[in-house]
Order: sequence, then C-alpha cells, then structure tokens
Amino acid sequence: MTERIHLAVALDGAGWHPAAWREESARPTELTSPAYWRELVQTAERAGVLFATLEDALSLGGRSYEADAETRRDRARGRLDAVLLASFLAPLTERIGLVPTVTTTHPEPFHIATGLQTLDHASHGRAGARFVAGANAQERANFGRRSDPTGSPTDLASVGSLRVEDHPEWLAAFREAGDVIDAVRRLADSWEDDAIIRDTVTGKFLDRDRIHNLEFEGEFFAITGASIVPRSPQGQPLVTVLAHLRVPYRLAAEYADVVFVTPADAAATAGILAELAEASAELRTEPEPLRVFADLLVLIEDTRAAADQAWARLQDRAQLITDARVVVGTADDVVAEIAALADAGVDGIRLRPARLPADLAAITEQVVPLISDAGILASDNGAPTLRERLGLPRRASRFADQTSRFAKQETRA
Amino acid sequence: MTRQIHLAAHFPGVNNTTVWTDPTSGSQIDFASFEHFARNAERGLFDYVFLAEGLRLREHRGRIHDLDVLGRPNTLAILAALAAVTSHIGLVGTLSTTFNEPYELARELATIDHLSGGRAGWNAVTSSDAFHGANFRRGGYLDQADRYVRAAEFTEFAKRLWASWHDDAIVADAATGEFLREGGIDRVRFASRLFDVDAVFDVPASPQGRPVVVQAGDSAEGRDFGARHADVIFSGHTEFEDAQEFYCDVKGRLSAHGREEDSLKILPAATFVLGDTDAEARERSREIALQQVRPQTAITYLEQIWNRDFSDYDADGPLPDVDPDTGSETALGFANRHAAIRGRITQLRELAAAENFSIRDLVIHLTAKHTFVGTPEHVAAEIDRYVQERATDGFTVVGHLSPHGLDEFTEKVIPLLQERGSYRRSYEDGATLHDLLGLEPVRSRVAV
Repeated sequence: MTERIHLAVALDGAGWHPAAWREESARPTELTSPAYWRELVQTAERAGVLFATLEDALSLGGRSYEADAETRRDRARGRLDAVLLASFLAPLTERIGLVPTVTTTHPEPFHIATGLQTLDHASHGRAGARFVAGANAQERANFGRRSDPTGSPTDLASVGSLRVEDHPEWLAAFREAGDVIDAVRRLADSWEDDAIIRDTVTGKFLDRDRIHNLEFEGEFFAITGASIVPRSPQGQPLVTVLAHLRVPYRLAAEYADVVFVTPADAAATAGILAELAEASAELRTEPEPLRVFADLLVLIEDTRAAADQAWARLQDRAQLITDARVVVGTADDVVAEIAALADAGVDGIRLRPARLPADLAAITEQVVPLISDAGILASDNGAPTLRERLGLPRRASRFADQTSRFAKQETRA
Repeated sequence: MTRQIHLAAHFPGVNNTTVWTDPTSGSQIDFASFEHFARNAERGLFDYVFLAEGLRLREHRGRIHDLDVLGRPNTLAILAALAAVTSHIGLVGTLSTTFNEPYELARELATIDHLSGGRAGWNAVTSSDAFHGANFRRGGYLDQADRYVRAAEFTEFAKRLWASWHDDAIVADAATGEFLREGGIDRVRFASRLFDVDAVFDVPASPQGRPVVVQAGDSAEGRDFGARHADVIFSGHTEFEDAQEFYCDVKGRLSAHGREEDSLKILPAATFVLGDTDAEARERSREIALQQVRPQTAITYLEQIWNRDFSDYDADGPLPDVDPDTGSETALGFANRHAAIRGRITQLRELAAAENFSIRDLVIHLTAKHTFVGTPEHVAAEIDRYVQERATDGFTVVGHLSPHGLDEFTEKVIPLLQERGSYRRSYEDGATLHDLLGLEPVRSRVAV
C-alpha cells in the first residue's frame, strides 16, 4: 500500500532551469520584489503545501554547477537574503512552513540562531532552515577572512574527486556545519519555556535559573552566553539539509530533522534509505527518526508533447545541470513518480519547479488535487506548528530537566 | 521658513526605564507587540521605527539580570517582518560593525530596502568589549582604538557594495538571452587595514540606493564618523543649550566633507509625560519614575558602580559611605578605570549631598528624568521650539511601556504639531526613508 507523504516546494529565482527567466510566463525583473515572493508563497500555502524552502547563497553566481557562474551574464542573477525574506513572508501567511537556506561557513552562528528564533516567533511556529556547508572561492573573496580552515563542496569545476572524504577542507566545512546546527539548537533551548515570570511581588521579570548560558566550545567557534531571544513557539526550528553522499548523509543523520535526497529513481531510494538508517543507528541523538524527503525537479504541461516542447526550448537555451531527478511531462506523470517514491518509503517529496511561477501553478492546481484524491498526500493534522505537522512533538528545553532535578534536590535538602 | 520636525519611534528597551509592572504592559517578544508599535507610529506619521540590538543578555554581578525586561528578537528579522505590515514608515535597526561582516550586513540591509520599498535604515554602532564578543566567532579581538577604524572601513565598504549595481544592470532580454548588462555590476576591491576583499555583490540596487545611516557615538571620533558617514545622529543631548551646542558642533563638521546643514538630521532621544494640567503631568512623571526605579533597581544601579553587595541598604536612605571594590589589578588600564570609578562616585556623592537625594532619588535623577513633562500643548510647543531654534531636527521618542508607550503621543501631541505647521499631515505615496527625512536621494548610477 502506498504510504502517505508530505509535500514541500523549493523556490529559487525564476525557477530551477537556468533558462526559466526567458519564458513568456516568467517575471525576470521581479526576482527581488516583495510582491513576487508573496504571491509564490501564498499560492503554495493555498494548496496546502507543508513548507517552502527558499534558496540563498553568499555570492552572485551562488551554488550553480557552472564553472563561469560568477561572470556570465545570461543567467538570472540577484537575490534577497532568505532568512529575511522568510521573516517578511511570516505575517503574510498563516499555515505554510518557511524554510530559508542558511550558509554555515561565514555568518555568525549566534545571529543565525536568533534570526531563526525570531522567524519562529513572527510566524507562530512555522520556522525551519536548510543548512548548507562551505563556501566557494567567490564567497570567500566576498568575506575576505584571512584564515579559513573550511572549504567548499561547490568548487566543482576545479576538483577531481567529488567525494567529500578526499578533501580535508570540505570535511572541515561539514564538521563546522554540524557545530553550527548544534549551537542553533542549544541556543533555541537556552531559555526554558517558562523563564519569563513577571512576578510583581518579588519584582523579578524572569527566573534566571531557567536561562542557561551556553558555554559552547567547538572546533571553529565558541559561544558563552544564552540566546537573546526567549524560547519560540516550536522550541527549535525545523532543521533540514540536502545530502547526496556519505558525509552529508552522516551530517543529516546526526543533526537534522529532515533530509532532502536526490534518488535517480524509486529503485535507488532503497539504497539511500539504508545508508541513512545505518548512519542514524551510529550517530543519531535526536529523539525522533530522521524524515526523508526526495527531491524532484518538475516541468509540467497539459500534454507530454507540450512539456517536451517546453523542455527542448529551455535546454536549447541553457543546459540544466542538476543533482535531482527531472520529470518532464503532465501532472499525471509527476503523480506517478511521487507514488513510486512514496512506495519506496520516503516521508515526503520536495518539488523544485523548473519555471516560476508556471510550474508552481501546475503543482498547486493539478498535482496537489491528484495526489490528494489518490490518497497519497498526508492530510493536514491540524497541528499548530511546522514540527508538529511533521509529527515531531514539541519538547521542553534540554536544560529544563536539569532545573527541575536541581529544584527537587533542593526541596529534599 | 518653518523648519519641519522629524520624529523616530524607539521601541522600549531592556532596561529599567521600560516599566513591565504596569497592567497594560505587553510582551516584549511577540510579533503582535512590534506590529502594534509600528502601526501606531505610522498612524502618527513618524519618520521611522527604531530598534536596538541584542548581543548578550545583561548580567549583574556575574548572573543574568532579572529585575528588568530581558530578551528581544533579532533586529533584522523583525524589521523584515514589519515591512510586511507597514507601508510608509521607515524601518531602522541598530547593528554592530564589530560583530557583523560587511558583505553579509550589506545584503541584509539591501534586502530590507527591497522588501519595504525603500524604507530601510541602519544605526551603525561599534563595540569592542569581550563580554559581548564572547558570543561571536570574531569575539573580543578588536582593540578599543580600532572600533572606529573598523566602523569607518566597514561603512565605506558597505556603501561601495550598495553602489556596485548600476540602476540599469538588469536587462532581462528574453529574446537575446542577456540578463545582466555588460559592466552593469562593479567589482568591489577593498583593501584596508582591517579588510581585504574582492567582492561581487549579489543584491541588485535597492529602491533607496542604500539604507539611511544613523549614528550614535558621542566622542570626537564618533562625531567625525557621523559627519562623514551618517544621515542621522541619535544623540543624548536633550537639555536645550547642550542640544544647541551639540547641533552646532556636529553640523559644523559637515562642510569639511562637502556636506550641507540639512544633509544630516540630529534626533536626540526624548521621553515625555503628558497630563491635562502641568501639575498633573508632573505628578504622573513622579509616579512613572517610581515605577522605573523601584528600590531594588536603585540598589542594583549602585552595586554596578561600586561592584559591591548593597542588598542590606535602604533605597530611601543615604548613599553608602564605603569604597568601591576595584579588585587587585594594578595594570595601567585598570588603574585608569579605577580612578574613573572613584571620580564618578565622588561626583555622585556631591550631587546627592547638594540635592539631599536618597539612593532612589539619585537613580531617578540619573535614569528616569523625563525630557518633556506637561500638557500636550506644552510638549508640542517645546518640541517645536527645539527644532525652530536649531537645537535639534526632531526627536527619537521613547515611551516607557511596551507596546502602547507612544499611543498617547500619537493621539495628543501629533495633531498639535500639525497645527503648528511644522509636521507632515500625510505621507507622500512612494516616499522613501530618505524622502521622509528630507535627505537628497542617493545618486543613481547607470552604465557608461
């Protein structure tokens, strides 16, 4: 029997195809306009999409696989900071999860944590983040840090092996990403839920025994204090990563709530799930099992002929280089792929529209009703937060037990 | 000609002047509080909403301070969310040049400028202390002397990033496949004492070209930095003569940078208490001051200066006659600091003796003296006088309650300022924050 799955969408510029901005339906001069993003995310929300991821990078060429990404002028360029874009979208939406991309290499982990906590407050519990490790050469030049032990898993043009294990600086970037995620979770827990007491009798605004300095010392950075932000509705943001290979799988298994994977087909999914399960058995400390979402890059038209034609037009203008499986066809074709992946045991699907807003419209108007009617799509469980909608129960701060234990000991004494 | 008044609305901070014991006091963290505060300020046609920045929770004698409001959101994220629920008002955040990286902060502020349609502003502050640095990768590495070096280099670099996309850089010609115009984006090579970058900015030119830059430093270095880089100065000079002197000094520094008097606005922090009569306002002012400085607050304030436990002292009694605990450090820097502490204490003792102040009276005098106290007519007239007589260009108004602290100001004082002909009666459609402040737009750039 087909398992019920969750549906997410991945939003990036004019779409995931590098020629998407040239389509007649595209809005290439609006890629940094607030109205463009509001309409995209509200469209996804109306269809009941669980969450939208927002791409980001810290250089003009971004995470393109193209060697000359920084200099070529025929690709859509220019973007907004994803965490701030998500924060802007929070008051304009009510239900959809907002999952911006966060680079772990250069930004301050403390700012990352407080930004995501604030997104969670402003969205009433719909914040997540997709953490990305490493930086390419231009990102490093943009920051100009004089010493930087980490390197990039995206400097693909100039390297031989794509295995992270073969590059000490890539391994360092992944260790750092793990530390950043760990610090973000700890900062999110640093205020217990009931730390603010507003006790007018004693004159105390808060119970300082329920706020915990982090004293975090990692290989790459240290954070002494507690967060400046009181605990947010979800407690912690939803932590997601995209992973294709062993080292990122291990990062996901150890630190993430959700992993995005890119199986070539439903058959390849079993191998990936097995590898993730093995890594989880060895490394995982999060109480809930890792949720696995499979990525599909989709181009949808009413007929296969029209889809093939559109695809040919795009490919003629620019060759797509992608990690994800590409589905070019009708909504029914996409539904068949989703059903096969659901049977293979994934928890969710993240669709990357080849063209925006066109393929997002096709997803919301056609694919969603079809998978819903077919009983493949998990129905909304009505839970108030993104984590709970995914079945991740809200937990007290990791520090709460210590306080209550301490309090009990005191009572006994 | 009547000079126009500019007003900023300061969200109540995490110190004793924000009264949380009042029954109308709301959350300092829920987005609804920020939304209410910004909407009220927009109803009052303020130039901008002003937010502080949190880098570390306040501590008192090694423990988290628990008497005042504590905890606040990430400044940038709240400004971005406020852009969604406001349409005209400026959105200005305090952001450190020490604990941020220029490329990252420049793209974040440009993002807010895009999301708000040209309403972003940045209060550029410097910090160097190890206490705050302990939460950051780039921790307390910065020497005190380098604070303004970094601030100036940081701001210079950020301004070059903001100017690096020409206004017509995006062609987006679907037929030819040309998205970016050749030469439409300048590469920014910036080698200075503290930076060495070769950057290509990734956010297109934003509606204002760059955010409005606010600056608050009061030292000679800070004033020079402001005269060179700032569009607005947020000062603490609110006594009339002192304010006039400050205004003269800072505006006098502008010509050295080829700037006119009106290209920089000075908006000192101001508090206010209203009443139907002046007597009633004075009574309310005293009540609010007593809420702002509870006995514990007063004792804590002195403990911070003396570095001693004063929990046995009576806040309504005289100042402690013990010496401060200045530790056993003998290094030159510490010796100077100790001399400064002793000097400060001598000053406080003299003040208390002259005015016959109790501990609590003294702390009220130091932290809770309200700038404008009186009827709405009196407060409006005073604000107008400061602006017309070139003591300020307006004020950064701070309420004592979150989030309703400025509601009364909007209802009662704003209409009177409008009647005086020195305050706007509406926002102009599509006005940027530069426009609201009466600043020249940033020069637009096109490819040559």
